[in-house]
Amino acid sequence: MSCVLDVANVSVGFRQKGGVLPLVKNASLRLSAGQCLGILGESGSGKSMLCKAIAGLLDENFTVEGSIRFEGLQLLRQKPEKLRRLRGQKIGIVLQNPMSCFDPLYRIGEQMEETLAEHYNAGRRKIYTKCIEILELMRIRQAINVLAQYPHQLSGGMLQRVMIGLAVALDPVLIIADEPTTAIDSISQHSIMQEFVRIKEAGQVAMIFVSHDLGVLSRISDDVMVMHGGRVMEQGRAQDIFANAQDVYTRHLIEQHTAVMKRFCAAISPAV
Amino acid sequence: MKRYIIMRLLATVPLLLSISLLCFLFINLIPSDPAEVALRIRQTPIITEDAILQVRQELGLDQPFLVRYAQWLWSCIQLDFGVSYTNPARTVLGEIGRCLPTTLSLAGFSLLYVLILSLPIGFLSAVYKDSWFDRIMRGVVFTTTAMPAYWVGLLLIWFVSIKLDLLPTSGYGGLEHLLLPAFTVALTYISTYIRLIRNNMLENMREDYVLYAQARGLKQRNILVRHILKNSLQSCITAIGMSIPQLIAGTIVVENVFAWPGIGKLCITAIFNRDYPVIQAYVLMIGVLFVFFNLFFDILQYAADPRLRQGKSHA
Amino acid sequence: MLKQFFKNPLALMCLVIVGGTAFLGIFAPWIVPHDPYANNILNKFASPSWAYPLGTDQLGRCVFSRMLYGIRPTLFLSLVVMLGTLGLGVLLGTIAGYFRGIVDEVIMRVVDIMLSFPSQIMILAVVALLGVDIRNVIIATIFIKWAWYARMIRTATIKYAEMNFVLFSRSIGSGNLYILTRHMLPCIAAELAVLASLDMGWAILNISTLSFLGLGVQAPVPEWGAMLNEAKNVMASNPEQMIVPGLAVVVLVGAFNFLGDSLRDALDPKAVRS
Repeated sequence: MSCVLDVANVSVGFRQKGGVLPLVKNASLRLSAGQCLGILGESGSGKSMLCKAIAGLLDENFTVEGSIRFEGLQLLRQKPEKLRRLRGQKIGIVLQNPMSCFDPLYRIGEQMEETLAEHYNAGRRKIYTKCIEILELMRIRQAINVLAQYPHQLSGGMLQRVMIGLAVALDPVLIIADEPTTAIDSISQHSIMQEFVRIKEAGQVAMIFVSHDLGVLSRISDDVMVMHGGRVMEQGRAQDIFANAQDVYTRHLIEQHTAVMKRFCAAISPAV
Repeated sequence: MKRYIIMRLLATVPLLLSISLLCFLFINLIPSDPAEVALRIRQTPIITEDAILQVRQELGLDQPFLVRYAQWLWSCIQLDFGVSYTNPARTVLGEIGRCLPTTLSLAGFSLLYVLILSLPIGFLSAVYKDSWFDRIMRGVVFTTTAMPAYWVGLLLIWFVSIKLDLLPTSGYGGLEHLLLPAFTVALTYISTYIRLIRNNMLENMREDYVLYAQARGLKQRNILVRHILKNSLQSCITAIGMSIPQLIAGTIVVENVFAWPGIGKLCITAIFNRDYPVIQAYVLMIGVLFVFFNLFFDILQYAADPRLRQGKSHA
Repeated sequence: MLKQFFKNPLALMCLVIVGGTAFLGIFAPWIVPHDPYANNILNKFASPSWAYPLGTDQLGRCVFSRMLYGIRPTLFLSLVVMLGTLGLGVLLGTIAGYFRGIVDEVIMRVVDIMLSFPSQIMILAVVALLGVDIRNVIIATIFIKWAWYARMIRTATIKYAEMNFVLFSRSIGSGNLYILTRHMLPCIAAELAVLASLDMGWAILNISTLSFLGLGVQAPVPEWGAMLNEAKNVMASNPEQMIVPGLAVVVLVGAFNFLGDSLRDALDPKAVRS
């Protein structure tokens, strides 16, 4: 397995009056095809910032240092045009808040076509059939109708699936999923997770999966990275960390999670 | 959609009625007796009680208030606004009809200035936020909002017409007469809309859909024009639409500076001459224009936004 | 938040400009070198000199003295306008927002009608009705402008009326008047200050514009707009006459606008961060 993504000593800072506010300090990670790295941390821990830095989505108000190599290509200080071509094609991205991620003034179909047209050299007809294929792959019924709808007419879970469909549409090498399950209800959450597990098990792509939810992460991650206050607290095989965390903060998170789960189990089956 | 338009149309009826009532009250509130004023203006040598009574009957002033209001409203709907006090040979409708086209050409040309200048400048200021261009434009916008329109007009006359001798100083005529006054009218609105479009664009740039558009790898130019600009203009539609009657009303000062024979000049002259029917008709006209433009652009905004147009299938 | 406001050197400068202008206006009779009405036709259009710091106008009157006296109608009448507007707007707005029901309905319908006209037209109409005079300009402006404030204050009052501390105060039996003056007004005071300083600029422009048109302050009373109206007539021969009063209006209005903007930034932390 070749290394798809090699992030070494990346620090992210926000430029403000009187200096730079550090947001991520010295994060490193390696990822190969078919592998999933889960990043765990509460909001404000810097996990989203790290993802945006990798995807080149931070504007000039942010400083990024270190090295980010994607298939051997250095992404840091790369030309914006080159990064843009990678995004949406070789790097698929799924964001949280699906309800607000689509432009409210355009139909879903228009936005999907616009994305594909940017990276995929094909006629209108072919792009349209591709869109339907994507939706069907994401197990969305009545794909033609969905394409003609505006974002506000679809549910969060549905939009999230469209987003995932777009992310995997052009056979990416890397998928970055930034809290894809946070903003949707728990039933949709379950089916969204199934999609991700399916993508992962196909074994073609490397995946970064960000969440603050330990349960979600444990379902999909091979490796886990725990972040807190911009620092990487712990990093390693998922089983090792869940079973035997070294770091105090990680242990705290895991204990809390198991305590909640225990109480939950006790609540639904009082006999046990 | 249909429902919305009907509701909106119905809502304008009481508004129009109250505006007309206000205009009618206005002429009834004038401290001097309209019959007496009419006599004085006709230069009747001696104003006697009999003459006043006679004029009162002639003008229908002896009837009850509501009857007079209904009669007045009915004639207004038929575009009959009575005769001018100063010049009984002229009807108010004729006076307005004579002056309105010149004012409309002035207002139309200013609107052209507003659109041509504020759209690109607002757009560029937002895209290149904090660049030298944006800084200069912010300075210009700030200064122009503090400048009285009449002073700008005077400075322009002095500089362009007197000093450089490029354009005529004042009066009505061809395009060269229109350039300066139209720019003066437009200036305030240009800065307002530069500011509005810039702030709207900056606000939209922080939205999630922009981040996701970038994540999808769309070209920056497409994101700016297709998505951010369209969304920003969407929320400006009503504001820009409402500036049209405001431009028409805003010509008052400029017409007086540039001696432009439009309804603004007519109105000021009427105020000095206490020619109430003219003032009344002018106020009524502007009020009705306001209501209709507001109505039209509200519906337009409604129609342009799929979230409103399609009802709420998912809240 | 006021600390942040005072850290802004430009805002402080604007405060100094406004304060300085007010000072000069108040003490004009003791500062001016000449009687603003004293004309001397032999010395017309004089260039600036020690005796006449800004030169003289077409009647040989001292422009500097007239400028200082001109502060009085310009600045102080605008202040009167704003105080009147605020008073009426706050009164009706809080009544509408606090008592709701039929009172609210009536006040808000009136507000709707007032706002459906462009303010300048309404002011002209009222001035036309009452007669050309500066007092009528002030009455007209207050009569038009209060509706904006009433609407804003009504919204704010409704917002705060449902906040817990007001509910609490009511539940322990505080009277309406007490709640209104002690709890609600301080809450909306900040928003009011922003709006009022922005509108001061507007009021100054408005009064000077009407005076320029000859509807407000009448010649020979020194007022910046009226001075510009006189300068207009001699524009071809002596264009420098219109520079000083015009610039003065721009600087004063600009200072008020900037104050309003910086006050808003200081009060709204969200806007600063962006």
